[in-house]
Parts: sequence; C-alpha cells; structure tokens
Amino acid sequence: MSFELFLQYLTNGISLGSLYALIAIGYTMVYGILRLINFAHGEIFMMSLYFAFYGVTMFSMPWYVSFVMAIIFTAALGMLVERAAYRPLRDSPRITVMVSAIGASFFMQNLGIVIFGGRPKAFPNISLLTDVIKIGTVTLQRLTLIIPVVTIVLLFGLLHLVNKTKTGMAMRAVSKDHETARLMGVDVNRTITITFGIGSILAAIGGIMWGSRFPQIQPVMGLMPGLKCFIAAVIGGIGNITGAVIGGFILGIGEIMIIAFLPDLTGYRDAFAFVLLIVILLFKPTGIMGEKISEKV
Amino acid sequence: MKRRDIILTIISIVVLFLFVLYANNNFNPYQNRILNLCAIYVVLGLSMNLINGFTGLFSLGHAGFMAVGAYTTALLTMSESAKMRTFFLEPMMSPLDKITLPFFIALLLGGLLSAFIAFLIGAPTLRLRGDYLAIATLGFSEIIRIIFTNTQTITNGALGLKSIPNNTNLWWSYGTMLFTLLVMIALINSSYGKAFKAIREDEVAAESMGVNLFKHKVMAFVIGAFFAGIGGGLLGNLLGAINPMMFRFILTFNVLLIIVMGGMGSITGTVLSAFVVTSGLEYLRVLDESINLGFVQIEGIPGLRMVVFSALLMIVVIFFRNGLMGTNEFSWDKLFNLFKRRPFSKKGVGQ
Repeated sequence: MSFELFLQYLTNGISLGSLYALIAIGYTMVYGILRLINFAHGEIFMMSLYFAFYGVTMFSMPWYVSFVMAIIFTAALGMLVERAAYRPLRDSPRITVMVSAIGASFFMQNLGIVIFGGRPKAFPNISLLTDVIKIGTVTLQRLTLIIPVVTIVLLFGLLHLVNKTKTGMAMRAVSKDHETARLMGVDVNRTITITFGIGSILAAIGGIMWGSRFPQIQPVMGLMPGLKCFIAAVIGGIGNITGAVIGGFILGIGEIMIIAFLPDLTGYRDAFAFVLLIVILLFKPTGIMGEKISEKV
Repeated sequence: MKRRDIILTIISIVVLFLFVLYANNNFNPYQNRILNLCAIYVVLGLSMNLINGFTGLFSLGHAGFMAVGAYTTALLTMSESAKMRTFFLEPMMSPLDKITLPFFIALLLGGLLSAFIAFLIGAPTLRLRGDYLAIATLGFSEIIRIIFTNTQTITNGALGLKSIPNNTNLWWSYGTMLFTLLVMIALINSSYGKAFKAIREDEVAAESMGVNLFKHKVMAFVIGAFFAGIGGGLLGNLLGAINPMMFRFILTFNVLLIIVMGGMGSITGTVLSAFVVTSGLEYLRVLDESINLGFVQIEGIPGLRMVVFSALLMIVVIFFRNGLMGTNEFSWDKLFNLFKRRPFSKKGVGQ
C-alpha cells in the first residue's frame, strides 16, 4: 500500500471516528448521570437527519437555517424522550428502564417509517461542505477535514461546560449521587434534562455531518451507528467524555483500516466494533479512561 | 401437589390435546399458522424469561440463538435437491449438502448447538453486569447474524434458505411448548430455580449465601439458549424460508415485549402474553391494510402496526410495571378461590 493511499484511509478513518465520537458523547453523558444506556440515542440521531432534510427540501430554508433548526428540534426531542420514557421510571429497576428505552427507540423508528416512508432519501448536498479538494496527492471532501475540527472544538467546549460552569458542577454532582445532589439544592430532574439536551445537540451535529458525508438517510439507519457509538463510549470508559472521543477515534480508524488492510473481511466490517467491545470488556471492563467503580452492598 | 390438582392438570393437558386434534383438522392454514406461532413464542418467551426474568441477567442475544437453531434445523432437514436448488450462487460445503436428518434430531441438534454457542459466549460475558451484559449479548447476536450473511457456502449468505420442509405443525409446536413448560416449572421449583431467583434479587447476598454465581448464570443462559434454538428451529421450518435479516434486533425485541407484558419472572404470564401478543400482532395487521366500510374507504398506513405496538410496550412498562402477572403464578387453588369468592381461605383468621 502506498503512503498516499494510507493517508487517504487515515483521513477517512479520522473523520468517521469523529462522527462516532460526537454521538458517543451523548451516550457517555447519559450513562454517567443515570447509569443506563440511552437506547433511543441512535434514533434521536436519525431524527436529526430527517429534521435537516425536511428543513431544506420541504420548507426550502437555506441549509444553515435548516441545520440550526434541526439541532434545536433534536434537542427538544431528546428532552421529550427523557420526559416520556425515563422520568416516570426514575426509581424503577434498571431492566424496566432499559426496556422502556428500547421501546422508545423502536417507537421512533417505526414512527419514522410511517411518517417519512421506509425508502432511503438523498440528503441535501451542500457544496461548501462536500466539495472535493486536493492536498498534495490526497483527494478528499472538505468535510473530511471539517468534521474532526468540529469534534475537537465541541469536545473542549463541553469539557469547559462540565468542569467550569455551575450546570456542569450540577451534572457531576448528580452523576455521583442523586439523593445527595438533591440535598445540596441541585434540581436533579432539570440537570438530567439538560444532559439529554446536550447529548442530543451533539447527536444532531454529528447526524448532519453524517448525512453530508454519507448522503442516504432512512428510518432504520440509527440502530447500527447507535450501537457502535455506545461501544465507542464503553471502549473509552463510559461516563468519561474525553474517553468517548478517544473510543470513537479508535473505532472509526480501526474500522477503516480493517477494510484497507484486509479487504476480504469487508463483509465483517460491522462485526469489528462488537469484537473490539468484547475484547475490551474482558480485559479492561472500565475502558481506557474509566475509573474503577467499587461494588456497593 | 394435591390429588385434585394432578387430575385437573391431566384433564387440561387432554383438553389441549383434543383442541390441537380439532384445530389440525378444521382450522384454515392461516389460523393454524397463528396458533403455531403462538406456541413457538411461548417457547421463546419462556427461554428468555429464564435468563432475564428469573435469573435477572439482561441478555439481548435471543435472535442470535434463534438464528443458530433455525439455520441448523433447516440445513439438516432440507433435502439434497432442495439444497441444490437453493445454493445456486455457490455450491454448498461438501459434507453438509448430502446430509438430511429427521426433524426431531435436527431440532435437537439445533438446540444443542445454540446451547454450546451460548456456553462459549456466556463463559466470558456473564462476568459482566447489567448493561454491559446487555450490550455484549446484543453484540454477539449481531456478530452471529453478520457471520451468517457472509458464509455463502454454509448458510447461502444474504439470500437465505428457501424450500425448507414444512415439518412444524400443531403437534410439534404444542408438544414442544408443553415440554418446555414442564421443564421450566420443574426447573424453577428446584433448588436451581431458587438459586436463580436469589441471584435476581441480590447478587451479593446470593453469593454470600453460598450460591455459585457464575455456575448458575451460565446454566440459566445455556438452558435458555437451548430452548431459544429449538424455538428458532420450529420457526424456520414453519415459515419455510429464512434469511439473516429475519434475525435482527427486532426479533429479540418481540420476545422481550412478551416477557415484559406477561411479567418478568412469571411462567403463567409469559404463556398468556405470548398468545395475546402474537395474535394481537396478527390482528393489528388491520391497521396496515385499508379498511372498506362499504360507503367509505379508510386507507391503511403501512407500518402503523409496529408504531402502535411499541407505544403499547412503553405504556405497559410505564404504567403497569409488573405486566400481566408480576411474579405470580397460576395455581388451581387460586382459581378455585376466585370462584368461591373467599380469598385466603386456606390461611385462616386474620387475613
């Protein structure tokens, strides 16, 4: 393999990894605060694509307005899901909440099939993002460079929010202990809603860039990226935002490199993430950046 | 068990037998197919309930085990000529293309293979807790599906298998259902069953009481997978055609729906809700088709059925957290007390 080709694959891997990272952050934040997998996150991601799609095609808004609207709507949707599927079950066993989350996820997916139709649609092509540029001998879409930059900027923004602001402090408090946080005057429900909102905003940003990069959208598309991004979050150490980003990069680059170096395994591309997950869980269950949680009796 | 209860149980089994005899001769194929599906979903529901409801392990790998069972059974029962016709893209791997076994043996092998794979999967992953186990088992079931899509010479890849002999009839499905039911009841009431429930209630406490966590978890997982494989085998030979896309996560979700609606940890609930959910899914097909009321035509919306169904699941989970039965079980005493309107009559004063 020539060096140029390798670079080509590497940039593709980095950009795919950044997309995974953005969605993984949503999983990791919700897990950190509620200790449960937000199964509906993949569907929220899917919905953001449709919001953006309809904004451009049906309401013929300029793309930037449509994208901003899509992000706002997705955040609202994320909070709505929390309100409907999670809040009523705050004190229930974890299995019940997970079933409810899976229910919410399938509800949105099927609703998507009914409202948007099951057939794939073409995501609007924004030439500012998708134009092909040439750097030396490597040809790539402008998006391939934009995505990682956006991800890194958002990561630092988020780290600032979580570590330096009052909301972030509330989030960290709630993630340690709901009861104590409540006693300290933190509005637990509000904090959880905000967490869902932020996770959904990142999913929407990831979704819109995903749509521009792979311009084919359909209602069932949320499941696979959703699972993979959760895996990315686990690899990085669930609950840890930087870890989720690192996990996303590992997953994205690894997936592309498997295809690049072992073309025979292309059919097993989706299995890579799961194999990686199981390996990580067996040898370092807390992930790369995760902290050890001791068992409470 | 009291003498009366034994007699009543035998009578109800005979009634079931007579019903199957009647249905086999008089019902149309569509009704029979639904009845078959109901019984198969009872088997699947019971197997998942053993893992998720009784032992409290959150496993989402059921579709994978079903796929193993369905493919094994189908491949072993298909005739040589049917295999030749199905594998037109690439010929089948050499020893497999000649083998044709009786349905019973194929079904058993399907279950055993599924159990064996569950053992391989369970040994490493059952050390994980809660959510991690859920995602790892889900991952495994997806991996199984992806492998089946890519092994062209064994499973015919994405094209799937066609012209599988329709061996499953009411006798097979209801016989298997009865067998599964009896095994589950015996298992749950044995000391193993008590250990399973102890693990569900509190792992740490169970362990300190001397329950070998790992052994019991693997056991529940393997037995569950065995019956899931058998259920899958029955399903494959009922439908006559299978492909890897059938065994997506949605199939696991269907079974999960059954056990949640019936009550996690109730055999009776699982049986009831398997019938309700399966026939309900069939009757809700009305929503997908257009309804003609004579003077006005209501257009059906394809897909609405699943929307209603997932909404139903959420409503059940949120408002009726324990499902139909909670962890209660059916017993003849309770039934009689219901009719006598003298609750707790056995327990005497003070109730």
